[in-house]
Amino acid sequence: MQLIGAVISLLGAIIIFIGALGAFRMPDVYNRMQTGTKATTLGSMLAFLGVGIAVPGWIGKIVLLVLFIIITNPISSHALARAAHYSGIKLTEKSVRDNLEEDYPDEVDND
Amino acid sequence: MRKLKPGIILFIILFVLWIILAGTDRDELIIAGVSSLVISLLFASKAKALGNIHLSPKAICCAFMYLFVFLRELVKSTIDVAGRVLSPRLPINPGIVKVHTRLKSPLGRLILANSITLTPGTMTVETQGEYFYIHWIDIQTDDIETTTKAIVSIFEEYLEVIFG
Repeated sequence: MQLIGAVISLLGAIIIFIGALGAFRMPDVYNRMQTGTKATTLGSMLAFLGVGIAVPGWIGKIVLLVLFIIITNPISSHALARAAHYSGIKLTEKSVRDNLEEDYPDEVDND
Repeated sequence: MRKLKPGIILFIILFVLWIILAGTDRDELIIAGVSSLVISLLFASKAKALGNIHLSPKAICCAFMYLFVFLRELVKSTIDVAGRVLSPRLPINPGIVKVHTRLKSPLGRLILANSITLTPGTMTVETQGEYFYIHWIDIQTDDIETTTKAIVSIFEEYLEVIFG
């Protein structure tokens, strides 16, 4: 049981590491957010689950923690991305298109 | 019944939360029951959004299917994005696309937007009514319909049954 829990936690840690690596390699703030904030979803879910399997008495609270992460994580990254876009941070040159800019050009203040 | 429904759902959520956090002693059960009853009575009128949830057997079945599909997509897209990050050429093709949703209820749209954000590779940047603006790490097409099909439809068919 201990071993299985440890392996699952390790898997979660590897995913969080890849997310951190992505934050270094990606060209602009939106792509960094893709890897940096959301690799933590599956990563921390697995890490918590590993702890829950290693110590079965905690599983109820672990499930609750995972639920809170699932509820709060997307809202925070959505708010960050929205704020970044409206404060005029450009997308990288690699980007194909930007429908939001086309539809609401006035709300973005480019200075 | 229609008026009571948000209160009842709120009561069940609060009661289960308390039980998980505090355990199932007799005293804890009494405190949990009383306090969740008081809170749900006070806030039932403000929690109208919860009233949109359908509680038919089909909807509950769909909720479990949704959870399963969501976890599958989460694992699939995490592996996909991890592959992009680790490959030396960094094969990304990013941009913000516009998609359309059929869901009417605010809670349904909230959960749909959150599911899109949670799966790596797509992230909801802005919502305007029934249109979502989504930052997508690998754009394949230019057309709203095809994009909608690729990102939204997987989750939408289940959420439509639950929230209507």
